[in-house]
Amino acid sequence: MTELYKRPSVWQRLKKNPIALLSLFLLFFFVVVVFAAPWLAPPERACPSPIYYIVPDWFFALFDHDLPCKPHQIPRDGFKIPPIPPNLDAWKTFPPDWKLHPLGTTENRYDIWYGLVWGTRTALAAGALIVFFSFLIGLTMGGLSGYFGRWIDSVIMRLVDFMIAMPGFLATLVLVSVLGRGLDKIIFASIVFGWTNYARLIRGDILSIREREYIHASRALGASHTRLLFKHVIPNMIYPALILASLDIGSVVLGLSALSFLGLGSGEDYADWGQMIALARNRIAGVVGGSAFEFWYTYVFPGAAIFLFVLAWNLLGDTVRDVLDPRQKNKKRA
Amino acid sequence: MLAYIVRRLALLPAMWLAVTLMIFLMLEPLGPYQKLALFLDNNPEMAVPANKLSEEQLQRVFDKHGLNDPFYVQYGKWLSEVLRFNFGWSTTAQAPVMEALISRLPATIELTMLSIGPLIFLAIWMGVKSAVHQNRWIDHATRFIAITGFSLPSFVFAIFVLVIFYGWLDWFPPGRLSLWADQVVFSDSFTRFTGMNLVDTLLNGRFDIFVDAIRHLVLPVISLSYLSWAALLRVTRSSMLETLKQDYITTARAKGLTETSVIHKHARRNALIPVLTLSGFVIVGLLTGVFIIETIFNYRGVGFWAVDAALSFDVPAVIGITLFTATLIVLANLIVDIFYTVVDPRVRYD
Repeated sequence: MTELYKRPSVWQRLKKNPIALLSLFLLFFFVVVVFAAPWLAPPERACPSPIYYIVPDWFFALFDHDLPCKPHQIPRDGFKIPPIPPNLDAWKTFPPDWKLHPLGTTENRYDIWYGLVWGTRTALAAGALIVFFSFLIGLTMGGLSGYFGRWIDSVIMRLVDFMIAMPGFLATLVLVSVLGRGLDKIIFASIVFGWTNYARLIRGDILSIREREYIHASRALGASHTRLLFKHVIPNMIYPALILASLDIGSVVLGLSALSFLGLGSGEDYADWGQMIALARNRIAGVVGGSAFEFWYTYVFPGAAIFLFVLAWNLLGDTVRDVLDPRQKNKKRA
Repeated sequence: MLAYIVRRLALLPAMWLAVTLMIFLMLEPLGPYQKLALFLDNNPEMAVPANKLSEEQLQRVFDKHGLNDPFYVQYGKWLSEVLRFNFGWSTTAQAPVMEALISRLPATIELTMLSIGPLIFLAIWMGVKSAVHQNRWIDHATRFIAITGFSLPSFVFAIFVLVIFYGWLDWFPPGRLSLWADQVVFSDSFTRFTGMNLVDTLLNGRFDIFVDAIRHLVLPVISLSYLSWAALLRVTRSSMLETLKQDYITTARAKGLTETSVIHKHARRNALIPVLTLSGFVIVGLLTGVFIIETIFNYRGVGFWAVDAALSFDVPAVIGITLFTATLIVLANLIVDIFYTVVDPRVRYD
């Protein structure tokens, strides 16, 4: 009996790579935090229905929905301003009681533990949403462009060229100054101006698949455009493209946190890593006559959260890109 | 190649028009009253606050600027104002947008110009070093710095440098100048030739203020170059590795050239061609990074103003700055593309 050589799957190759495993472990940790958030940091007022834990509140705000509870809002401990240092007593139980401030509070006495836990949700949900919808639009536009060619291709590709002249950061700035600040506006702007890269990549993939023999064969047998597209073309290119796209979540979250750091996000009490760094800005000089690092916890913890999150995606991205397409290895990433 | 350059140049106005159209489309949610600010350059009509105008007077102003017209007519009118460099009145700067932009531009030019040089040279130098000593400690260290630089947001990096070099050591304070230096610069005895502190202080012979200006520039320059630097370094390294495997490198070594000559003359020059494609990315990174870095370091240039304006609904200022930056990006990409065909004659566009 002869054994057929089977090309090792992406996963089989990844699991031999210690860096990939490390980044997967980190990402797994963040995903656990996302799902365990209501347990790790229960909101002051329990939500009447689990739906309010699952769907982010800026989504309800789109429909002017009155919220019975706002888990993403970091509760304020009194109305004093200076931060409170971490309290080790809070760690006697697990999960720690955030009301005792296990990681301290930041400026205006917002609890850091609570903010980090729910901020993980904000980051992952926003990142995944942006990548998913940008990819969907990119798939539609790139698909139409690559598959039908001719004037459809020209029109869509010129549109892409024009949109690339406008960096997403600037577009977001304009949109926020027009519509007002808020995470929902940032997400909207990032999707509207973020799909162009995917459209280009997918168009390229489809162009190379369109002329393969099995497509010609299928067309010769009288397959319709719909059948060709959905049964043959798309299934043959979508998975690598989707994996590569999902790896962009790291850089997307990086951009988002920069915007909320600048104050374009959902307000200072909203659990958002970038926002928490912004709150720490007043404390970088420490205290007069005291240590410069007096308030280290206000920037070290949120900074570490963003850094580890983005690092995990980037490390995973590097190794997956190597496995999927060694030639594409070091091409620029947006 | 000439045909390509001509075609690219011909496309330039179309690109620019598309950018203006996109910006104007984004203004659609605004009411006529907010759009009015886009047309007023010296704000005479605001002598009476607009909310005190009667309905009839308000309608007259709207009609005059065509704010009740269909979209394309409004766009045409706005565009003709833009072509006359009238971007409207900025409430955050309390000045016409164009005037405010010109007064803030030197600070930003100073910052980006100082960043771009060290960024490119350091990235290329370290990228080449790293590739030549592949898998040695210097390579590992460089790659480690590059991947962390890629993942560390510029604002987190900036906060940490501020804590160390301002909060702890007190070497490099934020802002543009110290208070005493600021007073000298804005006094009558000091002539502001360019608005760029480094140039002006030298021309005025005030070396003490020159040193002060440098002290304020060190941290923003480092923070601004850090992000793009990591990306540039990675590409230089991999491109250099690729080039070192080529046959002509073996040939060069075989004919007895020194290692320095092989690396610097034969390998590096060719390895830099792919790096050039990244220039567009670096330029966009610098131009948008300025917004974040200037805000953190309280460095009052265009970026600082833009963020302030975006937070205070100062739409004309944001539009003016966006249009300006987008124009720069379109031009920069054009230059990079043309330069690419000159550097690498193998590249043919048709």
